[in-house]
Amino acid sequence: MKKSNTLKRLTEKFPNSIIETHSFRSDDTAVVKKNDIMEIFTFLRDDPDLLYNFMMDLTAVDYMGDESRFEVVYHLYSLKFNTRIRIKAKVAESECSIDSITSLWASANWFEREVYDLYGIHFNGHPDLRRILMYEDFKGHPLRKDYPIRKRQPLIGPIN
Amino acid sequence: MSETTKDLYTENMIINMGPSHPVTHGTVKFLVTLDGEKIVDMKVDIGYLHRGFEKMCENSTWEQVMPFTDRLNYVSPLINNVGYALAVEKLIGIDVPERCKYIRVIACELSRIADHLTNIAASAMEMGAMTAFLYFVEAREFIWDLIESFCGARVTTNYVRIGGLKNDLPDGFKEKTLHALAEVRKFWDDVNKLLTKNRIFIDRVRNTGTMPPEEAISYGFTGPCLRASGVPYDVRKAHPYLIYDQLNFDIPVGEQGDNFDRYLVRMEEIIQSTRIVEQALEQIPKGPINICSPEYRWQPKEAVYDKIESLIFHFKTVVEGIKPPNGEIYFPIEAANGELGFYLVSNGGGKPYKCRVRPPCFPLTAAMPRMVKGGFIADIIPTFDLINMIGGECDR
Repeated sequence: MKKSNTLKRLTEKFPNSIIETHSFRSDDTAVVKKNDIMEIFTFLRDDPDLLYNFMMDLTAVDYMGDESRFEVVYHLYSLKFNTRIRIKAKVAESECSIDSITSLWASANWFEREVYDLYGIHFNGHPDLRRILMYEDFKGHPLRKDYPIRKRQPLIGPIN
Repeated sequence: MSETTKDLYTENMIINMGPSHPVTHGTVKFLVTLDGEKIVDMKVDIGYLHRGFEKMCENSTWEQVMPFTDRLNYVSPLINNVGYALAVEKLIGIDVPERCKYIRVIACELSRIADHLTNIAASAMEMGAMTAFLYFVEAREFIWDLIESFCGARVTTNYVRIGGLKNDLPDGFKEKTLHALAEVRKFWDDVNKLLTKNRIFIDRVRNTGTMPPEEAISYGFTGPCLRASGVPYDVRKAHPYLIYDQLNFDIPVGEQGDNFDRYLVRMEEIIQSTRIVEQALEQIPKGPINICSPEYRWQPKEAVYDKIESLIFHFKTVVEGIKPPNGEIYFPIEAANGELGFYLVSNGGGKPYKCRVRPPCFPLTAAMPRMVKGGFIADIIPTFDLINMIGGECDR
């Protein structure tokens, strides 16, 4: 079983960083501590038995009311072994930041900008952290659960 | 010349290309720094078509999300419909009937043909080949007529349902489809003769926008653009969904990863998709198209009017929405532009807690500066054309 293999390797290698794992509907998931994501992603990408070379998707979920409000969700894919894994890192509202993984995958650049734009999570070490979908003078972060769906803001053209 | 100009003071010029430029199909702005005609730097500004897809989904029932997915990649909306339906079905843990799977495959592949035809047509036109554009748009008309015949709409299809389909295929669909595909092949032959060995076209696309495979992977390329770089990754082969594992088709792969390879890969995929449709039409079984599970799929109207249980189920699922169990899933499918993934989180309620789309052309657009830097300003046009950025999907 290749899939559980990844989770096994991961828990053996980082026993103190993995908070929990599950495989709901055969989607392997590991919840990790946010301070250790760089080592974990480097291991997942470079380990010869795992080789997760694609960073397919990066997003966040707002669990408003939970102890740590946000979860940054990464989806990785290994072309060689044809396996997928989801890594989640909890981010509290009080220190709303996480390390940027743009140094590992170029695709993270825009995905992280999107999460910053829509959720207001700061990515430490990101080379160009600006809004991407909303305009620069937009106030607030629209995908947060406490942003009202009917709220309107004046539209201002982009600034060069 | 260089002797006389070397002491002259020159400076780079910054120009705005877009957000509404005739050759950028899609509302996007390039802020290009030029040294003469050479591109020194480039910034891409997207978001002009952002309409809060995820926010809308979080405030709609699971069923109501379906028409929003039409507007993601509006050139091949059926693929988005199928992707979302499959994702919700995975979250619930249900499997649709065999006939439904075949119809979904046919719908997906017809959309893929339409998407590739549109892409090549528009690219050719923006490089000056008007005839190729007219031929392929006429070919697309045959495909859109087919799509209209089974779902009533040409672009905003809204055809697929969670746990089934809106309706079955019409009578005589097989004959009509075989005829349409034969017509598409004729146009394909014409455009193939017009473009593939055309010196003017090749000069524009060969060795421009080149992407080596390692970098394409790092940038998150998928779909035809990744395959043009020589990486044979296709979700239909890697994680076969529906009935793709029972069909014979090939995955075309490029060698150099430039714009010409992207064009060739798309041209070949049109032919492979016609093969898939023909096989699916040959093998399609008879039977139901919807699952029989009234808490997830609406009952037929006759049952709703005649039986009290069906009426109650109808009322509950329409007003409150269907209720998938608690959990989260990611489901990728091969859209015309690459891997289209849905990441859904359910809290057991009638509305998605989170409905994330992984848009395939978002990472492709992000790599635009990497692909055109050092080239000429004229290279922006074929490169941007052949990554096929679709505003509705990129900006959501």
